[in-house]
Amino acid sequence: MLCDICKENEATVHFSQVVGDKVRKIDICEACAKAKGLTDPGSVAMLGDMLGEFAGEQMPAETENLRCPACGFTLANFKKTGRLGCGECYVTFEGGLKSLLKAMHKGERHVGKTPGKAATARDVTDRIKALEDDLQRAIADERYENAAQIRDEIRAIETKTMPKPAK
Amino acid sequence: MVVMSSRVRLARNLQGAPFPGWAKKTDRQRALEVIMGAAVALPEMQGCLSRSMDSFTVLEKQLLVEKHLISREHAAKNVGSGVAINKAKTISLMINEEDHLRMQALLPGFCLGEVWETIDRVDSGLESKLDYAYSPKLGYLTACPTNVGTGIRASAMLHLPALVIAEQINQVIQAVNKLGLAVRGLYGEGTEASGNLFQVSNQTTLGEREQDLIERLRKVINQIIEHELNARQTLIEKRPHMIYDQVGRAYGVLTNACIQTSKEAMNLISMLRLGLDLDLIRGLNHGLIDELFLTTQPAHLQKRSHQKLTAEQRDVRRASLLRERLKDVQRPKLLAPGFPPAEDAADEGKTDIA
Ligand SMILES: [Zn+2]
Ligand SMILES: [Zn+2]
Repeated sequence: MLCDICKENEATVHFSQVVGDKVRKIDICEACAKAKGLTDPGSVAMLGDMLGEFAGEQMPAETENLRCPACGFTLANFKKTGRLGCGECYVTFEGGLKSLLKAMHKGERHVGKTPGKAATARDVTDRIKALEDDLQRAIADERYENAAQIRDEIRAIETKTMPKPAK
Repeated sequence: MVVMSSRVRLARNLQGAPFPGWAKKTDRQRALEVIMGAAVALPEMQGCLSRSMDSFTVLEKQLLVEKHLISREHAAKNVGSGVAINKAKTISLMINEEDHLRMQALLPGFCLGEVWETIDRVDSGLESKLDYAYSPKLGYLTACPTNVGTGIRASAMLHLPALVIAEQINQVIQAVNKLGLAVRGLYGEGTEASGNLFQVSNQTTLGEREQDLIERLRKVINQIIEHELNARQTLIEKRPHMIYDQVGRAYGVLTNACIQTSKEAMNLISMLRLGLDLDLIRGLNHGLIDELFLTTQPAHLQKRSHQKLTAEQRDVRRASLLRERLKDVQRPKLLAPGFPPAEDAADEGKTDIA
């Protein structure tokens, strides 16, 4: 069996990884294991390296030509390294990452620690959600003037709290 | 006895800055300055070591890797990356590794809750000064999507000699894998892991609260401990001579050999540790044995002899260090109950014969 990374040497180090309900087998050679720092159990570098390839299979074709407006990262870069370019890339490649994240993790939505500053951001998301519900109701009731007001309010909150693009 | 150390690591990035792997040198330099400034100001980091990675020698970096204070990947970094380590060497912050910030707390023993609380406090302290890349939906945004969400990697290092000897280790690894947790040999994989040291850690970071994950990991590790202790009990009952023989041989070789490869030493130290746990050896304690796992590593040996050593030279130094450190350890009890058979035991039973 050949090494998954260099595709040259005989694979002698074998991993199985549980990704969602799928088991992914990874077989690599001694040299690549060393090069990827697999002797250090604290590192998960390898998982990321395999990821690019895995992601290629998962990402829809229309994301192929996308380029992150904040950092210039492309899908081809991701396939090569298994890493993203910046936080904004998660928004840029959202479509493609969705199924990948779903396959990889326990859930699709973050639960757990929230930075203090983001705690207010979470309130903001809740606030926007509530306003969007109001908006739907306003439209359904044909209260168009009201709806326009609500829409302006949502936009105002969004522009105030959106992550600023890099530089 | 089974769990040697516990560790929790968190991955964080700065809002609005490209991740280190994609950033230009000046971006990395700026991130390093901002984070290092915030880090050294923390009360937890008072009097800490804070250095740029290019200021270390290769040997110094390797020492930090062997102590698990930085990753192998981070050791390869130079200008634009840095590290801050607290005085007690229990907290370490890697700046511009794969993420802008990788921080960990590491303590000996089975104390996942404590290491989580420690690093949580450090993280909260930093967060009041730094703007983290965070999305309400995906949590902390990381360079690799495998870490997104909580960015947490909680792990414990386990010494599992009986499960390896009884050839149950692969079964245990598979069972743990099915629970979405990873088990890795510290040096090598499965039954080939030298030193019988294994690291158990989580693999997923999105959709589970930190405390829930740690509790889940703790439960699974408790089960592994139970399996290991059961395996030890069974070995002592069913194959006592084999265990006594292994411990006795480990003692014999470690206290007499003149050349010791790293792999051989790790396995023998592991057997000696098992002998200690089974109360077969006097004059030895866990502090000393766990120290030997570390001080027999290549960089530690070279530091001790103040020079660069070839692999052959290291093997000689390693053997001499082991002989020296173990010189006060008493010979292990080598006889299993009911062995050797009665006629050979005549020496001990003189009074009975008379
Ligand atoms: Zn290879
Ligand atoms: Zn980007």
